[in-house]
Amino acid sequence: MPTKDEKDTFAAENTTGHEWDGIAEFNNPLPRWWLWIFYATIVWSVGYWVVYPSWPLVQSYLPGVLGQSDRADLATTIAEAKQRQGTYLAKIEASDVSEIVADKELFDFASAGGRSAFGLHCSQCHGSGAAGFVGYPNLADDDWLWGGTLADIQHTIQYGIRSDHDETRSNDMPAFLTDETLDKEQINDVAEYVLALSNSGSDAEAAKRGEPLYAENCASCHGDDGKGLREMGGPRLTDAIWLYGGDKASVVKTISFSRKGVMPAWEDKLDPVTIKQLAVYVHSLGGGE
Amino acid sequence: MSDRAVADTVTYNESVVKVGAIATMFWGVIGFVAGLYIAAQLAWPVLNLGLEWTTFGRLRPVHTSAVIFAFGGTALLTTSFYVVQRTCRASLWGGPLAWIVLWGYQIFIVMAALSYVLGYSQSKEYAEPEWWIDLWLTVVWVLYLLVFLGTIIKRREPHIYVANWFYLAFIVTVAMLHIVNNLAIPVSLTGAKSYSLFAGVQDALTQWWYGHNAVGFFLTAGFLGMMYYFIPKQVDRPVYSYRLSVVHFWSLIFLYIWAGPHHLHYTALPQWAQTLGMTFSVMLWMPSWGGMINGIMTLSGAWDKLRTDPVLRMMVVAVAFYGMSTFEGPVMSIRAVNALSHYTDWTIGHVHSGALGWVGFISFGALYYLVPALWKRQRLYSLKLVNLHFWVSTIGIVLYITAMWISGILQGLMWRAYDSLGFLEYSFAETVEAMHPFYVIRVIGGALFVLGSLVMAYNLWRTVKGDLADEAVPVPAAAAAGA
Repeated sequence: MPTKDEKDTFAAENTTGHEWDGIAEFNNPLPRWWLWIFYATIVWSVGYWVVYPSWPLVQSYLPGVLGQSDRADLATTIAEAKQRQGTYLAKIEASDVSEIVADKELFDFASAGGRSAFGLHCSQCHGSGAAGFVGYPNLADDDWLWGGTLADIQHTIQYGIRSDHDETRSNDMPAFLTDETLDKEQINDVAEYVLALSNSGSDAEAAKRGEPLYAENCASCHGDDGKGLREMGGPRLTDAIWLYGGDKASVVKTISFSRKGVMPAWEDKLDPVTIKQLAVYVHSLGGGE
Repeated sequence: MSDRAVADTVTYNESVVKVGAIATMFWGVIGFVAGLYIAAQLAWPVLNLGLEWTTFGRLRPVHTSAVIFAFGGTALLTTSFYVVQRTCRASLWGGPLAWIVLWGYQIFIVMAALSYVLGYSQSKEYAEPEWWIDLWLTVVWVLYLLVFLGTIIKRREPHIYVANWFYLAFIVTVAMLHIVNNLAIPVSLTGAKSYSLFAGVQDALTQWWYGHNAVGFFLTAGFLGMMYYFIPKQVDRPVYSYRLSVVHFWSLIFLYIWAGPHHLHYTALPQWAQTLGMTFSVMLWMPSWGGMINGIMTLSGAWDKLRTDPVLRMMVVAVAFYGMSTFEGPVMSIRAVNALSHYTDWTIGHVHSGALGWVGFISFGALYYLVPALWKRQRLYSLKLVNLHFWVSTIGIVLYITAMWISGILQGLMWRAYDSLGFLEYSFAETVEAMHPFYVIRVIGGALFVLGSLVMAYNLWRTVKGDLADEAVPVPAAAAAGA
């Protein structure tokens, strides 16, 4: 190996003779490996142009000897994928949800499709595991606002809740404070009564005062016993499941200003087959009736 | 060395370079901190504070513009003003124009950043500023070209040094890219908003012709200009090969301008354009590497300096990151690879190995060289702190890019996964959840990089003050061998 001094001697003989601010330049040849790889990439590129669509012409472009086209390939791939699922999809289309569940093989397919569609369209609000968040119901338990049968679930998905569809599920809890139906003290009393229904109240006196107010203002939707009325979409108040929170402040806020969660009608966005699959999947999560 | 005696008689405009050096360091820290903050938002979204001005969507262009245009752009302005004077043995042409360029550019940066935060954007990546800011920059940039060209024309050297070829290519091409991609029709003459002159896929192709050549001519050619001056100066050795510099310069310039369509694989862009974008990107591999070879091989005969000179080490590692990114780029441009990598964090990792490793480190090296030279200090305040900066930032970069590689490939594989019945295996939310640990690692890597830049700012500040740390200074081998 040459020593540093030898290299410098060699170098001095081999510079271009120019100098800028003390910087000189060797005139070493292009590294052979560098040059050959450069040539190889050019040859490869020219080959690629021959084989695949490449240079534009006046009216069209060089199509390449393979005649390959991404768009045609994509159409083929999608058609093949559709064909593979076709038998199942046709069966789902022709069956109602209860028939799907009765057919083991079809059920497996539908719940797999439902799981995938749920991840794409529903998990944003209801969570990946369908456990929900505050304001977005848990779909994996057996507490249903609008019913937990296959047909109920299918209806909810199809038309939504408070959506702009004519068939939408809808109800309208009054905002008792805003509407001046009840004053703050009365609302406090009703809240205590509601909390007492699930044994989480703290003021028995107030709850007692709230009882007649409840009967007058709330029972028509939530039931005389507070167990909820499905046909009205009136939530059950006797359990520990609260969509908007079960602490006193949340309940007071709900009574005072009402709550109006919205779920879109999926009928316009998803085809009936996907909606059926979603219904089957959600029904199978654990709470289906 | 009689040439140097002549050079000494030229009065260089160094005050503009001094201000530029300070601005570069300033914008570096700002840009890195902005990046760290939005990286933390991705790991913990609550950090967006729920305010429109501090959301990711508005701060992301603040970060990218701050690092590319504020830090990188000011570094290029500053070093090009220094290098062109020295290598032409001529003071900057145009008298006060150099100051107008420097301050005009700083005003551009501030206007751009404020407009993003207030919600104004053309929605073109790396070209977010609206038409009125674009017009301002156009004027500044043309003045920049005049100053640079004027200095070259009045040079007192027979030949133009290679660094100046690259700087000039950068200035000319960026002017062209900026003007064409920002052609727009204002909604009204008093309104801040505008519509692009192009529509649909033509707009997308123009944007990525711009976007990729911003990488090619701003972040590659410009910084190669920097590399071609500061590495030979720091190592005190001749450039490895003049011939290689000629061949790789022209091949790089010719091939780069075609590569943009690789940003639009498998989109509405016609397939033939995708083919050309991909093949030109692959042919670009060796021309890019020509710069790496010339940078690293300039150390021939002086490799020992890597042990003793942390500034040189920083520059050489910059060139190594450059080599890695310019290999990774062509690989990612291949359509089959891109089908996996596109839209994933892999791209973010790729950009940052180039941005943090190459652009960051070569600029740091240049600043470490420049500050003692400009303020006529014996040496930097502390080489130990340079060494600390080097290691802290290198570890930061490695954490950042490995986290993004893993995250990106994982993301790409999850997106394309189908179950046996032909349904998507994962929802988008599940892929986001899977990214979380890697986003946290990225925050750690980014924090280290920020920390390194603060060490550097402190070191440079002490150098400017004229302080010298009480530490053993290694005797430069060049002092013995080169004299």
